[in-house]
Amino acid sequence: MKERVILHSDMNGFYASVECMLNPELKGKPVAVGGSVENRHGIILAKSEEAKKFGIKTGEALWQAQQKCKDLIIVPPHYDKYKAYSEYAREIYRRYTDLIEPFGLDECWLDVTGSTHLFGNGYDIAYQIKECIKYELGLTVSVGVSFNKIFAKLGSDMKKPDAITIISKENFKDKIWSLPASDLLGVGRATTNKIETMGIKTIGDLANIDVDLLVCRLGKNGRDLWMYANGMDSSRVRPDGFRDPIKSIGHGITCKEDLVSTEEVWKVMLELSQNVSKRLKEEKLNACGVQISVRDNQLISRQFQCGMPIATQSAMELAHAGIELFTTNYNWKYDVRSLTIRAINLQPDDEPVQLDLFSNVTKHEKQETIDNTVMAIRKRFGDKAIINATLLNETKIPKDDHESVLPAPMFK
Amino acid sequence: MAKRKVYVKVLIMQDENGEIQPLQIVWDDGKSYEVDKVIYKCRASSTKVGGTGIRYTVRISGKETFLYFSEDENRWFMEGKC
Repeated sequence: MKERVILHSDMNGFYASVECMLNPELKGKPVAVGGSVENRHGIILAKSEEAKKFGIKTGEALWQAQQKCKDLIIVPPHYDKYKAYSEYAREIYRRYTDLIEPFGLDECWLDVTGSTHLFGNGYDIAYQIKECIKYELGLTVSVGVSFNKIFAKLGSDMKKPDAITIISKENFKDKIWSLPASDLLGVGRATTNKIETMGIKTIGDLANIDVDLLVCRLGKNGRDLWMYANGMDSSRVRPDGFRDPIKSIGHGITCKEDLVSTEEVWKVMLELSQNVSKRLKEEKLNACGVQISVRDNQLISRQFQCGMPIATQSAMELAHAGIELFTTNYNWKYDVRSLTIRAINLQPDDEPVQLDLFSNVTKHEKQETIDNTVMAIRKRFGDKAIINATLLNETKIPKDDHESVLPAPMFK
Repeated sequence: MAKRKVYVKVLIMQDENGEIQPLQIVWDDGKSYEVDKVIYKCRASSTKVGGTGIRYTVRISGKETFLYFSEDENRWFMEGKC
């Protein structure tokens, strides 16, 4: 079988690079994109190469970053721009292949095996893409070229910015076995701690250990990691536009201030449920269960879930189930910082429903009629045309509530 | 020399295939200039004033210059002298 040619393209300091490209006065200066302090998202989301030199790290608090670099320029995020530029980059990738798997907004795997006879080998294609993105979008990328997805991703992390790294079957042992095991995709903090107790520090250590021992310690993931380290990852690159079946639909936020009463939690829960309900309707799905995640001001998270007596799309029913879960399970030792509500155990909304003897179907149907009417009004006159009276007063929901695109698990 | 981003009014002609041809630009001081010729069209970023879009290399009054259509802003801009 022909050896695969996989690229992993990583847009360098993506948010910060887009800001600098749109405003050339920022070029060459230490720039970071930071969340809103007021909305308690006051962390570094991305930084420029110049800011990196001061030791500024993604995820640290803005005040910590400012201590490291007094002249640091912090700009607010513009997510609509980032989404647009991410899409422009994907348009460039589409000139070379239709096998494009995004990993967050700024990273993509590309399988270009079938395009090498048209555009040259892996390096040639990586170079063309890199130059094209620089010329057309004014942004730089690091590209990893390899025979599997894991090594391609590792390659794109090895040399930054504006660089290409090749990891081949011939050189991978020399090139990557000496790197820390935590550099490998799938080796997070918890796994690193576990394997360190087994004396595994590098990717080479991981590759050379008895695989059964790893499975014993890490379960199925142990075998996967062993195969990754030995260059035996065979996971495919997902076709462009492929969508995984939806398993859950959720919405969560970090509040502007801590929620101190059940009444405040109810308001936030109801607001979040509106969004979940809307998306359930768009996807033509019903929720057979509800799950909530509660994070307190000590940053400890807890999750609770329950089944629904009748599968539903109704915001009110979801919110009621959510608040009931909350009042039953939350002990109010600490105030609440963030809340998420998720519709789980989804099924198509045209699937027949098995009713039980005790649920109030009439009430459910009435609620459904109300919800459909509200939805129709919102569709015609806008989202704020009709809202629950309880949400008219100030809730502690931040105003710039937006949905981030987080890397989904790698396709296998 | 430092450059500034100048958003301009553009008179265009769109043919039956959707192709756009800029015919005339109106600078920010109100003066208008005929576009003599569109020499080249490609997607590119402006390293001088920032932003990206469809870049038209045009000849105006005998001089070659760039005219950008920024798709995410849905407006036209040029690189002007400060």
